[in-house]
Amino acid sequence: MIEIKNLNVAYGPRLVLKNISLDVKTGETLALLGPNGSGKSTLIRALSGVAPTASGRLCLAGRDLAGLDAAKRARLMAVVPQTVSLPPAFTVWEMVLLGRTPYLNFLGQISAKDEEIARGALAKVDALSFAERRVGELSGGEQQRVLLARALAQATPVLLLDEPTTHLDLQHQIGLLELVRNLAREENLTVVIALHDLNLAARYADRVALIVDGEIKALGTPKEVLQPEMISAIYHWPVQVLPHPFLDTLLILPDAK
Amino acid sequence: MPKSLRPFLLSILFLLISVLFSIAIGSVFISPVDVWQTLTGQTANETFKTIILEIRLPRTALILLTGAALAGSGASYQGLFRNPLADPYLIGVASGAGLGAVIAMSIQWPYSFFGLMAVPMAAFIAGMLTVFLVYWIARVGQSVPTTNLILAGTVFSSFATALTSFLMLRSGGELRRALGWLLGGLSLGGWGAVLALLPYVIVGLTMLTLSGHALNLLQFGDEQAQQMGLNASRAKTFILIAASLTTAAAVAFAGIIGFVGLIVPHIVRLWWGGDYRRLIPLSIIGGAAALLLADVVARVIISPQELPIGIVTALAGSPFFLWVLRRAKNQGYW
Repeated sequence: MIEIKNLNVAYGPRLVLKNISLDVKTGETLALLGPNGSGKSTLIRALSGVAPTASGRLCLAGRDLAGLDAAKRARLMAVVPQTVSLPPAFTVWEMVLLGRTPYLNFLGQISAKDEEIARGALAKVDALSFAERRVGELSGGEQQRVLLARALAQATPVLLLDEPTTHLDLQHQIGLLELVRNLAREENLTVVIALHDLNLAARYADRVALIVDGEIKALGTPKEVLQPEMISAIYHWPVQVLPHPFLDTLLILPDAK
Repeated sequence: MPKSLRPFLLSILFLLISVLFSIAIGSVFISPVDVWQTLTGQTANETFKTIILEIRLPRTALILLTGAALAGSGASYQGLFRNPLADPYLIGVASGAGLGAVIAMSIQWPYSFFGLMAVPMAAFIAGMLTVFLVYWIARVGQSVPTTNLILAGTVFSSFATALTSFLMLRSGGELRRALGWLLGGLSLGGWGAVLALLPYVIVGLTMLTLSGHALNLLQFGDEQAQQMGLNASRAKTFILIAASLTTAAAVAFAGIIGFVGLIVPHIVRLWWGGDYRRLIPLSIIGGAAALLLADVVARVIISPQELPIGIVTALAGSPFFLWVLRRAKNQGYW
């Protein structure tokens, strides 16, 4: 679905992503892992067309993304940003309707079909009950679900998530990622998700890419990539990697130094 | 009546009342009945005819357009820069336009239609140059931090104002009259000014009214707007040009009138929400009405003298705004 070939991204003279090549299959969930500042978010931004690509190719379903305008791109992929401060005056409903932008004319006239899709998106994240509330009154977990609903309203085959769980508590972290995984399965979405938490990546990703200093250090299933030696070297801290006692997933535990 | 229409009906009613006041009240009071009869040609009272058609109507039209222009562009600037303190004044477009106007006035144009157009054209060009200069100075890489923008705008504003004062002092008599005009004296008057201002305001405000959806998207930041399918930099340039066009025209024909562009959008926002598709047209109507009322007060309060209208907008507008702010029910209205 997504093909990235020899992608370089530079902010001024500084190369932030170096020679990234990566394929993501349809229906697959790929987690981007790596220390702070390694380039995970930049890769999400480059895919969504808001980071300047110095060289390389980005293709989606065989189409080169370079020539696409913002609206066409937004019909192919939607982004769930980090929970940053959202404009508080919007209601949840107004905000989710904005997700229909790539299908609207310049004036943003909403059709009955747009409303139906937006309502469906709110239902999927279980947010219909607070559709009339203002975004500023929501909790962090609710805001993140509404951001997901807005992305779903874009009705794209690809979903990009940029550290969506960073400001959430345990329950909401798991809740959000369960939701994303179920939606990805039900609707055969291709998901790329930048994550901080190695345990969450191990549990919810089909494959993980470890990015360090703008380069892919390792790529494969969580079990292949999340080796204790590798993680210890990258994060400069010894770790233990254990199998979960009941679930088919790994536990990454920081060791004593 | 659909709930969404109520704000429009209320503000249009407010505007109509303001227009009536503006025509009726002045050194000579003309009753609404006489106003109606004069406008419909049912009276033979030549004095009323002269006062209404040659003095009050053009003045009313000029104030209406100016108020609409300032509040409409103020609302757009606030949305564009995502800053509640932004107004046409703050980022320097008004003082830049003022400087352009004074430079143009210092050249002796013949008093023709072209001469009349030269001043607003110079004001417009200088206003646009100011915005782009301030924007360029404030720019850091891909983004334009609001703090930088406000600092650059404020400082450039002071510079332009100082330069304007310098030019006026140096030139003596002729340009000193420009000072009075610049600070909100609407002495330029007459139908000529109205006709010259009209195209700028109509084009600019139409562009801004059409930008409501884009402004809504931009409230989430350029990146998210782009990711939702908006060409953010193109939309921002479009809005910047439209708002500057409108402001520069208003300054060129009516002088620098503060406060309307800041306060009216906020009152609309507090009462009727922050959806820019409604906020911009409602601010336009409300701004026209508010400035008309301010002008009526300016005319009568120390009659027969006239108070500069900017004093009234600040003197009456500030307490009113603070009262609205105090009563605001929604904490996160911005």
